[in-house]
Amino acid sequence: MNPGPSHAPRTPGADLPEHPDFLWRDPEPKRSYDVVIVGGGGHGLATAHYLAKNHGITNVAVLEKGWLGGGNMARNTTIIRSNYLWDESSAIYEQSLKLWEGLEEDLGYPILFSQRGVLNLAHTLQDVRDSVRRVEANKLNGVDAEWLEPDEVRKVCPIVNTSTDIRYPVLGATYQPRAGIAKHDYVAWGFARRAHEAGIDLIQDCEVTGFATDGNRVTGVQTTRGTIAAGTVALCAAGHTSVLTDMLGIRVPVQSHPLQALVSELLEPVHPTVVMSNAVHVYVSQAHKGELVMGAGVDSYNGYGQRGAFHVIERQMAAAVELFPVFARAHLLRTWAGIVDTSPDASPIVGRTPYDNVYLNCGWGTGGFKATPGVGWALAHTIAHGEPHANVAPFTLDRFVTGALVDEHGAAAVAH
Amino acid sequence: MQLIECPWCGPREEVEFHYGGQAHVPYPDAPAEVSDEEWAHYVFFRDNTKGRFAERWCHSAGCRRWFNAIRDTATYRFESVHRLDAPQPHATELARSRRSTAP
Ligand SMILES: Cc1cc2nc3c(=O)[nH]c(=O)nc-3n(C[C@H](O)[C@H](O)[C@H](O)COP(=O)(O)OP(=O)(O)OC[C@H]3O[C@@H](n4cnc5c(N)ncnc54)[C@H](O)[C@@H]3O)c2cc1C
Ligand SMILES: [Zn+2]
Repeated sequence: MNPGPSHAPRTPGADLPEHPDFLWRDPEPKRSYDVVIVGGGGHGLATAHYLAKNHGITNVAVLEKGWLGGGNMARNTTIIRSNYLWDESSAIYEQSLKLWEGLEEDLGYPILFSQRGVLNLAHTLQDVRDSVRRVEANKLNGVDAEWLEPDEVRKVCPIVNTSTDIRYPVLGATYQPRAGIAKHDYVAWGFARRAHEAGIDLIQDCEVTGFATDGNRVTGVQTTRGTIAAGTVALCAAGHTSVLTDMLGIRVPVQSHPLQALVSELLEPVHPTVVMSNAVHVYVSQAHKGELVMGAGVDSYNGYGQRGAFHVIERQMAAAVELFPVFARAHLLRTWAGIVDTSPDASPIVGRTPYDNVYLNCGWGTGGFKATPGVGWALAHTIAHGEPHANVAPFTLDRFVTGALVDEHGAAAVAH
Repeated sequence: MQLIECPWCGPREEVEFHYGGQAHVPYPDAPAEVSDEEWAHYVFFRDNTKGRFAERWCHSAGCRRWFNAIRDTATYRFESVHRLDAPQPHATELARSRRSTAP
């Protein structure tokens, strides 16, 4: 090692390879935009992309308080599937899955979308009945789904413990072969690059701190980088939605919780698919590089801290080792948390607000990554036409008053 | 994991407790008379404050009693805990000046 002569301090990192070209520029905010999207996560960036691509709307800014894709977009376990129970859910998640299937081409950017299938394990007779019902509902909705007996589960994923000698034996599983995982940061960058190419301003380090209103309309947003006038505003702030809606005096029935995940050190390929279990609460896949990626349930309390308690991780790992004895020797490398916005019926809230020109997109909770292209598509349509796209029309804010809930608790296997 | 101070048992590990969400949400005086909207707000809508939050906890693996706490949802730090028979903490300060749903 050569620390260099003390009189000529060397630039840290000078010996590292050149940084890749930036995929988007870092513009100064203009004074006004036709559309201002608050939140530069997957949903905000996808909405920007489809506004430009499908509707030719490009006088758009995405305002991000941190860096692009630094929220839940870069913290999730990237499970993509569409095997939800209800028609309303399978419509939007299945359209989203179809968009995933062509996304790499659309974005001209690698997203490592790997359709390795997902198993949702059943451990109780009630689980079995619910799962079989969900498989039948999926088939009626054109979603690929199968019910597998334990010996078939073992064929799809040999490392799952299917012996009867465990605390929660595997009684079978639903299987969606077209489900899978993708590389989340590449997805964010791919959308960002396309939006930038279309002339959309992606403005980082720009926190929305207030709104200027005039009767039923919002005329602009106040930000840490000045006031920006807006023709239409779309809120894509995930776990921070309530902070924004409180400023607008809109009450939204979401609660923000820490949700944690973890990775192991890099291992040889051992795990060929994605496995989720509601009963013992574990979901796990093996990332392209080789680390096991696992998620836990939410920390029970409301929290905005992007961190959670270690006992949640400990329980999660105990469940994983019970189901996958081969993991017992894997080492935990890293844990982290995001802030997820959970809704009372475990379905999103997308669409109109009491303000004529403000659209809401929140409540995706623990499972909105898979919806990224689908909701971007539908929200862009909603903004362009001033009317909800059919895929988000059931997910209104007023369903909590009318009672038309889309209850995906449990019905959708585990909630990711 | 943090230590949470049960007002009866003293500091215990977080795993002994169960979270109960926002505190001081009143049951409607005349439930049969409220509008659908008011009922929906009672059933489904809770504050989701970033910062100091009045909430309920139960020492479920200990004395099994409920209590109220003021906790910061950004730092997770407990500021104070209160028995249910104690007066509402900082009630005026915490009671959100609930703007009517705008506009
Ligand atoms: C640990 C974990 C595991 C998960 N696993 C899965 C999974 O396997 N499959 C799945 O489908 N989903 C999963 N999810 C959920 C998924 O990540 C989210 O539902 C989804 O990412 C939310 O949309 P987003 O990408 O736009 O959110 P985010 O990336 O969080 O974007 C919101 C952005 O808004 C910004 N923002 C907030 N307030 C302001 C403001 N005032 N001004 C400007 N910007 C602001 C934030 O900084 C943030 O970047 C998981 C989440 C977590 C945390
Ligand atoms: Zn106690």
